[in-house]
Amino acid sequence: MRKARSKSAKVRTLPVVKKAATGIEGLDSITGGGFPRGRATLICGGPGCGKTLFGMQFIMHGIAQGEPGVVISFEETVDDLTKNVASLGVDLAKMVRSKKLFIDHVRVDRSEILETGGYDLSGLFVRIGQAIASIGAKRILLDTVEVLFSGFSNAALLRAELERLFRWLKDEGLTAVVTGERGDTTLTRQGLEEYISDCVVTLDHRVSEQVMTRRARVVKYRGSTHGTNEYPFLIGERGISVLPITSVGLDYEVSDSRVRTGVPALDEMLGGKGFFRGSGVLVSGTAGTGKSSLAASFAAAACARGERCLYLALEEPASQVVRNMRSIGLQLQPLVDQGLLTIVAARPTLLGLEQHLVSIHAAIERTRPKVLVIDPISSLIFGDNSREVKSMLIRLFDYLKLKGITSVFTSLSPPGGLEETEIGVSSLIDSWIEVREVDRAGERNRALYILKSRGMSHSNQVRELLITDQGLQLIDAVVGPQGVVVGSARVAQQAEEQTAERQRQQSAAFRQRELERKRRVINAQIEALRAELLGSEDELRREVESSEREDGARRHQRQRMRQTKLGAKRSASEQS
Amino acid sequence: MSPAKKKTTTKVKTKAKRRPGSEEWWELRLYVAGKTALGIQAFENLKRVCEEHLHGRYRIEVVDLLVNPTLARGDQILAVPTLVRQLPPPIKKVIGDFSNAEKLLVGLNLRPVKV
Repeated sequence: MRKARSKSAKVRTLPVVKKAATGIEGLDSITGGGFPRGRATLICGGPGCGKTLFGMQFIMHGIAQGEPGVVISFEETVDDLTKNVASLGVDLAKMVRSKKLFIDHVRVDRSEILETGGYDLSGLFVRIGQAIASIGAKRILLDTVEVLFSGFSNAALLRAELERLFRWLKDEGLTAVVTGERGDTTLTRQGLEEYISDCVVTLDHRVSEQVMTRRARVVKYRGSTHGTNEYPFLIGERGISVLPITSVGLDYEVSDSRVRTGVPALDEMLGGKGFFRGSGVLVSGTAGTGKSSLAASFAAAACARGERCLYLALEEPASQVVRNMRSIGLQLQPLVDQGLLTIVAARPTLLGLEQHLVSIHAAIERTRPKVLVIDPISSLIFGDNSREVKSMLIRLFDYLKLKGITSVFTSLSPPGGLEETEIGVSSLIDSWIEVREVDRAGERNRALYILKSRGMSHSNQVRELLITDQGLQLIDAVVGPQGVVVGSARVAQQAEEQTAERQRQQSAAFRQRELERKRRVINAQIEALRAELLGSEDELRREVESSEREDGARRHQRQRMRQTKLGAKRSASEQS
Repeated sequence: MSPAKKKTTTKVKTKAKRRPGSEEWWELRLYVAGKTALGIQAFENLKRVCEEHLHGRYRIEVVDLLVNPTLARGDQILAVPTLVRQLPPPIKKVIGDFSNAEKLLVGLNLRPVKV
């Protein structure tokens, strides 16, 4: 209750600019809800950067929200506009028929018009006003109003008239979008930004490394905070999507449940349970260290659990991924056939970065996977775009976390160092597995270790990664005199250890036998001594007995003698 | 929009004997938005020029867009006042208050006629 009251108090003290959602993915999050309601927004940019489409999408979304819209097109005819928008799956004609939309093409042809003296643009206003009134429009698009300047020579008058127009639209409470051509020094060729200053969005497209990226920026937004960066955007099948870096933020839910990695020994290294669900995993390593195999094992394990998996192969066609993984005993084709695994292959250079991001988004929306594999992210880097790659990956990570998708990214690192992407994304990912080449004693082997794994106990050991035709195996660390040994050195070390062990066992057995023998000898001695003692005791007893017997005989004799003496005495007395 | 239909207009001012079909017949339509100073001035200037050069061979139809807003679309009217010469062909457009009579004559292709 208290909370609610304080909240409403806050709303009273801070009147917020009401927003009209544009329906353009991402743009609404940059602007905190859309364009200012009841005001005009200027969209400016060079030719072909998507101004009209931005505006049309704004109108279409309004119609979807129950706000009829008027389109005043100064450039394209109604037919052209209908056709262009039809490619996005929108039927303008139907909307026009159902009185949700009114399109008017205002043709400005200089050659037809001759000026003599003063005039104003009331004719245009009347047309706009009539269009608005005919359907009760709440939104209006003026595309591109600057065309007027090519039709009429009195620029000062036009400016005054446009200002009047925008003021009038504002008074009417219409949410307007006005497009304008980019000027050399000003945002628009005719300085429209001077009149439409509530919200200004610039569009731009730039080519870098032969790849074109479209960008949008909210230059100003009166009375509202907004994202200030340049945000790449795409014109896709479903219209425009702008991809703001921070549209997701860090307030997603985290999961405590774990998912197996597909390599039992690796699960063991990760506290016996594998990765956290919804976490981001980076598998980095030099060429040919089995990164893709690890990623594919994870994907196959996910499918085995019955979870859908999306595998984005940026370097191999899908069929090649399937074939290669067959060689290590991973049968991906059945998983593909079951619809559990979707392999999407795309050349990194085919699309711009942002387009990749959007196509990934689109693929995720389409397949709704639990697990995503991108193999490898490092191939997205060419030229000096690593910062853009990082910003793209941040947004992708955020998106994946929001969706609770466990993701595995592989990254090719140059020998002896870390790739810039890895440094860039290392702070974003939750578990980082590094596979290293170990070049020793004339052979190359693979050593795997866990660089980090947030929120779980994990092994700090270096294990040897074996790629066998039964899949991936991790061999327990074997430590030799020079540290961890791998490959044949490991085999030698193991043999050596076995011999030593055998010897140790043998000597132990020997010592045990020796001891046993000793024990037996001693026991025998004890027996002998005991027998001797018994003998002595016997003898003693016999002596004692014989002496006792002698004593007894003597005593008896003495008695008898006394008796005899007494008898003689008695007979003598008797005699006397 | 078929041109020169009387019933779609608000004010029709005919300033001559009817001679439709004649090559010399002029059909002019003046678009205005309300009774503004510009509109009134334009009409007066136009009437004067027509009286001088096209006496008896013209008709001016005044269309008030505030009353008939839908008519603005047909002739692609943006600015007011706009004068549309519907006859003789081709269609010509002149905008402004016609304070510059010379320009109006050029715009209406009246110069050759006078010469």
